[in-house]
Amino acid sequence: MLRSIFRLQCHLGSPRNLLKYCSRDPTSNFSLHRKAYSTALAERRKFYDDVSIAQGEGGVYEIHLDRKKLKTPGGKLFTTPNEALAIAVATEWDAQKDTLKFYSMHLTTLCNTAIDNPTHRDKQQMITAALKYVETDTVCYRVDDPPALVELQRNEWDPVLHWIENRYNVVIGSSYNILGPEIPGATIDTFRQHLNSYNFWSLTGLEFVITQLKSVVLSLAMIDRHLTVEEAVLLSRLEEEYQIQRWGSVEWCHDYDMYELRARTAAGALFVQLSSESSSVKRKLLQDC
Amino acid sequence: MSGLTPSLRVFRGLLKELRAIHGSTYKNSLAYNYVIDQFRKNEVTGERQCRARQEALHSSQAYLCLLTSTRQHLALHKLYHGKGDRGLAEMAGIVGLRLPSQPGGKGWEE
Repeated sequence: MLRSIFRLQCHLGSPRNLLKYCSRDPTSNFSLHRKAYSTALAERRKFYDDVSIAQGEGGVYEIHLDRKKLKTPGGKLFTTPNEALAIAVATEWDAQKDTLKFYSMHLTTLCNTAIDNPTHRDKQQMITAALKYVETDTVCYRVDDPPALVELQRNEWDPVLHWIENRYNVVIGSSYNILGPEIPGATIDTFRQHLNSYNFWSLTGLEFVITQLKSVVLSLAMIDRHLTVEEAVLLSRLEEEYQIQRWGSVEWCHDYDMYELRARTAAGALFVQLSSESSSVKRKLLQDC
Repeated sequence: MSGLTPSLRVFRGLLKELRAIHGSTYKNSLAYNYVIDQFRKNEVTGERQCRARQEALHSSQAYLCLLTSTRQHLALHKLYHGKGDRGLAEMAGIVGLRLPSQPGGKGWEE
């Protein structure tokens, strides 16, 4: 009986699955699971000691918790396409103490989404969803007053806009009215073509970043390594930062949101970069020094 | 040493974060060995503007940001986040009452 419960605990399953299993199983574990379900849905007790990675078939990497293989919530085997991502995910699992806090394991969540594809979307649907943010891009919407904020937006957002206009040869304006700028169709097509060049995993990460930052411009600038993660988050929250400078910061709201946004954006950026890179080391002999 | 270059800063930050995660045995961890390996590989380059090196630097900065902000987010969460509601039986127990036991179930339970 205990062994079958153990096997179930290997699944990174939602507590709902656990409850479904437990209602058939009137052991002393029932009250424990019900307590875990009622207090915090996002936490579970840590049930392993060691985390390791192993190379599986096809050059993919698996995560092992003690001796059990990690699975996604959809029941599939958890695999990553390269070693770096596997190590990062293993570190996330290793960093958990006493309870598993799934809301802090961003890379694991992204991998699960990429493997399971729970919303059953294909690449084109994801690209369309991502490009919807171009029309309502954060850096394109400017305010009229206060003048300090107007100037701040101009000084911080205009350079990024110019950079992306040059880099991708597109036209994106900024606007002061509620409807936003008129984005020409050619711009959308260029972006669509660019996003098409990413593979499915990278696209999952990229769409995640765009949704978090609420801006295609900032996301692409960050993925192309023009901005760091902290800079991109700052630019995304520019008005909020301005108000914080003016009125003060409330730690349990402002800082909390900022750290959460940074963590998610950093995870997304790392996920995209690790999923789309292929590195090789070229050793050159020192000829005549 | 030529002062605190950005790559050195990121490197030290990463080591600090890994030590915070693993404790005293951080040198045996997978991430530590990988980070050391990557930084060593990108240390020497013949080019003046090595793109691979800049890419590696940006990725390592992103990873450092991930580790630091996750840790700080969790600290704030622990400090400020509520514990949620107690169970029904527990809440009744606080005022000295007890839930009645219904052997047949409440009707809508399975």
